Amino acid sequence: MRHFSLAGFLFAFWLVLSGHYTLMLVVAGGASAVLCVLAMIRIRVADAEAHPIELLWGAVTYFPWLLREIAKSAWAVTKIILHPSLPISPTMTVVRASQRTSAGVATYANSITLTPGTITVGVNGNELVVHALVNEGALDLEGGAMDRRVSQFEGAA
Amino acid sequence: MTAAVEIASWVLILLGSFFTLVGAFGLVRMPEVFTRMHAASVIDTLGVGVLILGMCLQAGLGLVTLKLVFLLALFFFTGPVVTHALAQACLHQGINPHLAEDRRSIARQQSAESDGRQP
Repeated sequence: MRHFSLAGFLFAFWLVLSGHYTLMLVVAGGASAVLCVLAMIRIRVADAEAHPIELLWGAVTYFPWLLREIAKSAWAVTKIILHPSLPISPTMTVVRASQRTSAGVATYANSITLTPGTITVGVNGNELVVHALVNEGALDLEGGAMDRRVSQFEGAA
Repeated sequence: MTAAVEIASWVLILLGSFFTLVGAFGLVRMPEVFTRMHAASVIDTLGVGVLILGMCLQAGLGLVTLKLVFLLALFFFTGPVVTHALAQACLHQGINPHLAEDRRSIARQQSAESDGRQP
């Protein structure tokens, strides 16, 4: 089932990038998609980590929330950069990732890095080491609001 | 294209350029490598995002807009990976961040305590 969905997504991606819909090119696209999936099965990477289709529905609600967080913190960092006295207080901290799967932990770590003002600099199992530009950023993450939101996104599957 | 869409598109493109400039300015202004990375992340989130939104309005509904959205998705998935790799490389080379506060041991202790309370 996952393999069919993967082939379908690859074929749709081909159609969007090509923009030509002659019979020859569409058939070639379909054949390439199937060949890719067969090759992925052969090297054993066509699994839940490569194509986490069950996360799709959760992503529909998670991404708008993440975009709003990114915009808010990017604006905060912009104000710090333009502030005459450059009010930074670099802080290192650790946060707990409560997600069940490695895709979930990776989503959390990437979301932290994607939000300006915080960077995930290390991962040990379920513990993420985070560098924050100002200490409020570190305290916010320790509060765990984003961790819960990512777990919710993962659990929606 | 209507004048309203044209104006909105140019406002977004100029805004995106502004955030890109701010990010570049921050890159020069910050004291060391880790804080510089925070400044650079303004460019590849808000800067690129708003610029691409403006370009989508220029392109109108169609394949070009869809490709621009793919481009944004590519930025959002590869950006954090590159940033993380850079930070890891710095730590590995023994370049440690100048910290105002190191909460690592405090935070570890706190999370262990909260585990103890919950059965």
